[in-house]
Amino acid sequence: MTRKDLGVLLLFVVLCVIVAAASPQFLSVANLQNVGRLVGTYGIFSIGVGIVIMTGGIDLSVGSICALLGVLLSMMLVEWGWPAGPALAAVLALGAGLGAAHGFLIARLRLQPFIVTLCGLLLYRGAARYVADDSTKGFGTGEGFEWLRAAAAGHVAGVPMPFVILCVIAVVAWLVVHRSVYGRHLIAVGHNEEASRYSGIRTIRVVAVAYVISGLLAAVSAVIIAFYTNSVSPASHGNFYELYAIAAAVVGGCSLRGGEGTVLGIVIGAALLQVLRNLVNLLDIPSSLDFAVMGAVILAGAIADQVIARRSRRSLVGRR
Amino acid sequence: MSAISKRFPGVVALDSVDFDLAAGEIVALVGENGAGKSTLMKILAGIIRADSGAIHIDGTPVTMPGPGDAARLGIAVIHQERELIDTLDVAGNVFLGREPTRGGRLRLLDRRRMHAETQQQLARIGVQIPARTPLRDLSAAQQQLVSIVRAISMNARMLILDEPTSSLPSTDAERLFDVLRELRRSGTAIVYISHRLKEIEILADRAVVLRDGRNAGTLARDAISHDRLVQLMVGRVVDKVSPRVEAPAGPAVLRIERLRTGRYPDVEISLDIHRAEVLGIAGLVGAGRTELAEAICGVGPRRSGEIVLDGRPLAIHSARDAIRHGICLVPEDRRRCGVVAPMSVRENVTLPALSSYARLGLIGRSAEATAVRRMAAELTVKAASIESPVATLSGGNQQKVVLAKWLALRPRVLVFDEPTQGVDVGAKAEIHRLIRTLAQEGAAVVLISSDMEEIVAESDRVAVMHDGRITGVLPRSRCTPESIMQLAVA
Repeated sequence: MTRKDLGVLLLFVVLCVIVAAASPQFLSVANLQNVGRLVGTYGIFSIGVGIVIMTGGIDLSVGSICALLGVLLSMMLVEWGWPAGPALAAVLALGAGLGAAHGFLIARLRLQPFIVTLCGLLLYRGAARYVADDSTKGFGTGEGFEWLRAAAAGHVAGVPMPFVILCVIAVVAWLVVHRSVYGRHLIAVGHNEEASRYSGIRTIRVVAVAYVISGLLAAVSAVIIAFYTNSVSPASHGNFYELYAIAAAVVGGCSLRGGEGTVLGIVIGAALLQVLRNLVNLLDIPSSLDFAVMGAVILAGAIADQVIARRSRRSLVGRR
Repeated sequence: MSAISKRFPGVVALDSVDFDLAAGEIVALVGENGAGKSTLMKILAGIIRADSGAIHIDGTPVTMPGPGDAARLGIAVIHQERELIDTLDVAGNVFLGREPTRGGRLRLLDRRRMHAETQQQLARIGVQIPARTPLRDLSAAQQQLVSIVRAISMNARMLILDEPTSSLPSTDAERLFDVLRELRRSGTAIVYISHRLKEIEILADRAVVLRDGRNAGTLARDAISHDRLVQLMVGRVVDKVSPRVEAPAGPAVLRIERLRTGRYPDVEISLDIHRAEVLGIAGLVGAGRTELAEAICGVGPRRSGEIVLDGRPLAIHSARDAIRHGICLVPEDRRRCGVVAPMSVRENVTLPALSSYARLGLIGRSAEATAVRRMAAELTVKAASIESPVATLSGGNQQKVVLAKWLALRPRVLVFDEPTQGVDVGAKAEIHRLIRTLAQEGAAVVLISSDMEEIVAESDRVAVMHDGRITGVLPRSRCTPESIMQLAVA
């Protein structure tokens, strides 16, 4: 565990203690289940976006991907009568495919990540509204795909499925980022693409794969969220998710310059954001202040991080 | 300028150097890389300050705390990298930072005045470029003229040109000379820094030669000649050498055939590199050595030509391809291309060969650490631990990390580009020892260096480059600083 991870974890624990002290409801089973589900849902796509941020890029398209794939999933299962297995496979493949398209444009054609994924954000939102005819899509009584609903929105021994899935994905992502050859290359490219290229790393592929991962994890989240809300209104479904993801990654220690960040940090960052939202809820703060609280806390964290970094850099220079 | 001295940590850049310049005179400032030319001119331009010495202008002593003061005194520098903005037009660049305004407090740009005055200045030096042309539509030579117009429109009385022709074709250089002569006629004093001695013969009224940070001599117009300049630059009388390519001793490991780089697309380079040999590549900065190295190693553009290893032509399109064939580069810009500075010694050393420590894509961390520890000990990398970020290491130790990276791959051909630049004396000796060992073990080594002593001492053969082409290949017996310099300034 890095020092940064420890810092975020500490902040997270302190926040939990404060909320728990202020509102006994926080530790109730129902609330913990609810927060756990949200942490799972948001954590999954945050990991994807975090990996993209580690390359020095950005992915703004995940919210719209959730909307588009949510709409399509509903239509496949309910309107087109597809079996659950192929529908799930198609949704995941589509997510990865969109990510691959971003990766190609960004890594190969050298377009700017911000622009490519911003266009993705607009395009997929429009596509979602168009294919759904701008009407809300649902899953009805859910006959024929009960298992998929259970896998996405059910519980295992009281633990919400999204949280279980997040744990599995986090472990795999941890292995990939921190223990695999690909992960090492990812960090190297994020820090210094030129030196990585000189070392014989296929930098284009490394960067492109990061976007594929982000697209795939957005698709996983899309399935979970669609079943959780049980209705997908294409105009609003998944709005601002990309910003939650970026915030989670940044809170979790990723630098937008690339090269920095840990999977654990991102997961804690995502959890921290959900606890903050929960705090707004439980402490009867007007919910209109929801975003403002989140913005203030993240900003405070960023300032603290900068001050600490500057101080430690100064002491490093002093020692020399 | 009298008795100017300047020391940087570890080196005396200038040692009591005198320099003077009269109105309406073109003075060439000549010397090897590192002789102190740039430092002297930076002091004159107020970019750095001298430790001691005095500067007088029109007999009045002046102090120059910053570049702004130099500009006020009428001193302008035209750098090798033109500091102009591509998207602005000619007039916009000429007036950048001191745009005339109209409309009183609204401070609107007075574009009409900018264009008119620019056009007038351009006409004055006999250049026909419309003032409204966007800068990016101009050739390198024309952009240089814009820099000069910018300087004279600021009433510059002294113009310093640093290697103005290094990126210009010779016809454009002629145009530049005409402009400079025109300026001389109107009384501008010009300092002309160049490695092209021919130009100096044509252009200069006087040549001031620096060597190792001291005045080596001054030649009056009639005394300026190629041989005299070289002699003053290296400090000895020079025998004329006839460049000729030695017959190769055995079959070449690496053959470069008619290779053209991106920077010198009109020049074809052919070169053989043998087993167990250190081939030095000498030349002045900008001679095309780095471009050649990068083309061989797959990181830089190669317009055409073949790279043949053991008689087999290779398809090298990336660093990865070259590395797979055992051709590795120790790049000149260590911090940008050599190491990933924030990552640890361990992570840097294994970067090109990570898969060999991995199973199913997962890195075997103990095997990795053991291998790196062994390499680090072998190369005596001084670091707190192999987990220390490379950024915390000294230049010499960073270079050893780059070396360790490649040695683990047992390369067939290893290209060193300025391997001991910014490296302390101890590490320098160790790097030289390593280069020697590598060659003895049968690798073909290419050593690019601007350090003449290094080239002479460490190479078995020396290829000398000038303006993108190889001007000669010298066997060890005939490698002397003089003979190399003779070819380098051809």
